[in-house]
Amino acid sequence: MPANAFTNTWTLTKVRMRLAMRNRTFLFFSLIMPLSFLFFFSLVFGKGQSGWIAYILGAVLTMTVMGSFWGLSVQLVMFREQGILRRFRLAPIGAGPMLASSILSNYLMVIPTVAIEILVCRWAFHLEFWGNLWAILLLITIGSAAFSSFGLIVASVTNTMQETQVINQLIWTAFLFLSGTTVPLAIFPGWIQRVALFMPATYLATGLEAAATNLAGAAEILTDVVALAIGILVAFEISRQLFRWEPEARVPGRAKLWVLVAMIPFRSFVIYENIAGTRLLRIHLQYQMLRNREMPEQTHQDR
Amino acid sequence: MGDPIIQVEGLYKSYGAVEALRGVSFTVEQGEVFGLLGPNGAGKTTTVEILEGMRTPDRGVARVGGLDPEKSGSAFKEKIGAVLQSTSLPDKLRVKEAIDLFANFYRHRANTDDLLRRFQLEEKRNAFYSQLSGGQKQRLALAMALVNDPQVVFLDEPTAGLDPQVRREIYIIIEELKRDKKTVLLTTHYIEEAERLCDRVAIVDYGRVIAIGTPRELKHSSMGTTRIEVRLAKPVMDGALARLEGVADCREFDGTYVLHSARPPQTIVALVKQLESENNELQSLEMFSPSLEDVFIELTGRRLRD
Repeated sequence: MPANAFTNTWTLTKVRMRLAMRNRTFLFFSLIMPLSFLFFFSLVFGKGQSGWIAYILGAVLTMTVMGSFWGLSVQLVMFREQGILRRFRLAPIGAGPMLASSILSNYLMVIPTVAIEILVCRWAFHLEFWGNLWAILLLITIGSAAFSSFGLIVASVTNTMQETQVINQLIWTAFLFLSGTTVPLAIFPGWIQRVALFMPATYLATGLEAAATNLAGAAEILTDVVALAIGILVAFEISRQLFRWEPEARVPGRAKLWVLVAMIPFRSFVIYENIAGTRLLRIHLQYQMLRNREMPEQTHQDR
Repeated sequence: MGDPIIQVEGLYKSYGAVEALRGVSFTVEQGEVFGLLGPNGAGKTTTVEILEGMRTPDRGVARVGGLDPEKSGSAFKEKIGAVLQSTSLPDKLRVKEAIDLFANFYRHRANTDDLLRRFQLEEKRNAFYSQLSGGQKQRLALAMALVNDPQVVFLDEPTAGLDPQVRREIYIIIEELKRDKKTVLLTTHYIEEAERLCDRVAIVDYGRVIAIGTPRELKHSSMGTTRIEVRLAKPVMDGALARLEGVADCREFDGTYVLHSARPPQTIVALVKQLESENNELQSLEMFSPSLEDVFIELTGRRLRD
C-alpha cells in the first residue's frame, strides 16, 4: 500500500470513529447491549464464582467482537445506497483505504468496551484474576479484524439493505448459539459440535473463554489466532475485489462463486481440526473443569 | 487556441436494451464554460460520468487534460472537481469536517476557511449535513468540488430542484469560476442557465448531440423567428394556424399553440381575424424572442421538459 493510502486510511478512520460516536444506535449495540448481557449472565449464571464469571466474560467479549460484522455491513450498504460512496469515488482514494478504515475504526472502538467489561467483572463481580490479558488482547485484535472483514463481505455480496439484514440475522443467530458463546458447545450433540468448527465464531469464543479463565496456553491461542488470521486475509481480499461504489451496481453471480473458492484455505484448516485437531476435546475438558469447580488458581504473573 | 482540454469522440453506452449514448462527440477548450443541454434521459449524466471516470463507455474516446479518466487513477482525480447529480454525505458529518476530510485526500488543497467564506457557509461550519437546506447542501457540494483547486469542474444539474433565489446564487458562483478561468462542463435542462452561463452549448437528445455552438449562434440558426404562444377557448382545425401570415412553424403542446413567426404583428392580426371568423376566443397570448428552447423544438418537435 503506498504512503498516501496509509494517510487516507487514517483520515477516514478518524472520521468514521467520530461519526460512530455521534450515532446513538451504535452506542447502544456496541456498549449498552454487551454490558447488559454481562450483567444478566453474571447475575443469573455466575454463581458468584470466579471461574464461571471468567467464562461468561469470555463469552461476552466474543459477542462484543462479533458485533463488528453487523454494524460494518449495514453501514457500508447504507453508504452505498445513499450515494455516499460514489462521492468518495471521485477523490483519489481506492477501495483498500475505505475498507481498511472500517476495520481499524471498529477495532479502536471495541477496545474501550472490552476494557470496561473486564473492569466490571473484576470490580462488580469480584473476579479474582485478570485472565491471560495478552492472549485476550491478541484475540480481540485478530477477532475484531476478522469479523469486520466478514461484515465487509456481507456488504459486498448483498445488493440491498433488506438482503443485508436478512443475511446478518441468519449469521448472527448461528454465531450466537452454535459457537459456544451463549450455550456451552460441550452440551451439544457431537455432530453439531463438528458443524460448529466450520464457524470462525467458535475459534474466537473458545479462544477468549480459555484466555479469560486462564486455561489458555500459548499453543492453544496460536491455533485460534491462525484460524482467525486466515479468515481476515481471505475476507479482506474478497471484499476488496467485490467492492462496489455505485448504488445500482449489482454483484455478478460468478463473484459469489468466487467467494466460495476463496474460502478454501480456511476450510482446509477446519477440515484438519475436524479430523486431527484436539479442539473439541479441549472444549469438553474446559467445561468439565468448570462444572467440577476446578478452575486453576491465578498464575503468578497475574498477581 | 491550444489542444482542447476535454475531448469526446464517438461515445456509445448502453444499459441493457437502453441506448444511453449513440455517438456523442464534442470538445471543450481550456477556460470555457460548456453546457450539455437536453431533457431528462438525453444522456447528459452518462456523458459526464464517463468523463469523471465513474462509468466505462462501450465504445469511443474520452480524454480530460489528455488523460483517460478510467485508467489514469489519482493523477486524473487530482485535476478534476465535480458536483454529482445523485450523491450524499453522512448525516452526522459537520460542514467543516466534510471539506477538511475531502481536502486531505489531495496533494493540492484549497484553504477550508476561504471555501466556507466564498460559499457563505461560515455560519453553518459546525452544522451537521442533515441540518442543511437543499441550497446549503448544494453550496457545500460546490465547495467540496473545489477543495483541490481543480483545472476542470464537472457540474451535473447543479441547480436541479432548487428555488429560483438559490439557483441565482449558484449562477453567481459559476460566473466566478468562469472569471477564475476554470474549465466548466455543465449539464442542465434549464434554458436560462445555459444561455446565461455557457460560452458554448451542445444540445443533446436521445444520446446524440443534435446541435452545438454559442447560444447566440444556435438562436440565429433558429430561423430568426419570434415565438408566439397562444391558448384558445376552442381547439382549431388542423393546420389552420400554420397557414397564418408570417408563420413558419406551428405545433401544439398540451393545449398551447406555439407559433414561430418571422413577422409577428401581421401574424397576430391574422390570428385575431381567424378566431373571429371561427367564433373562437383568445384566452392568452405571449411573445418570446428566439431562445434555445425554440432551437430544441425545431430540432426535435418536443419541448425540453416533455
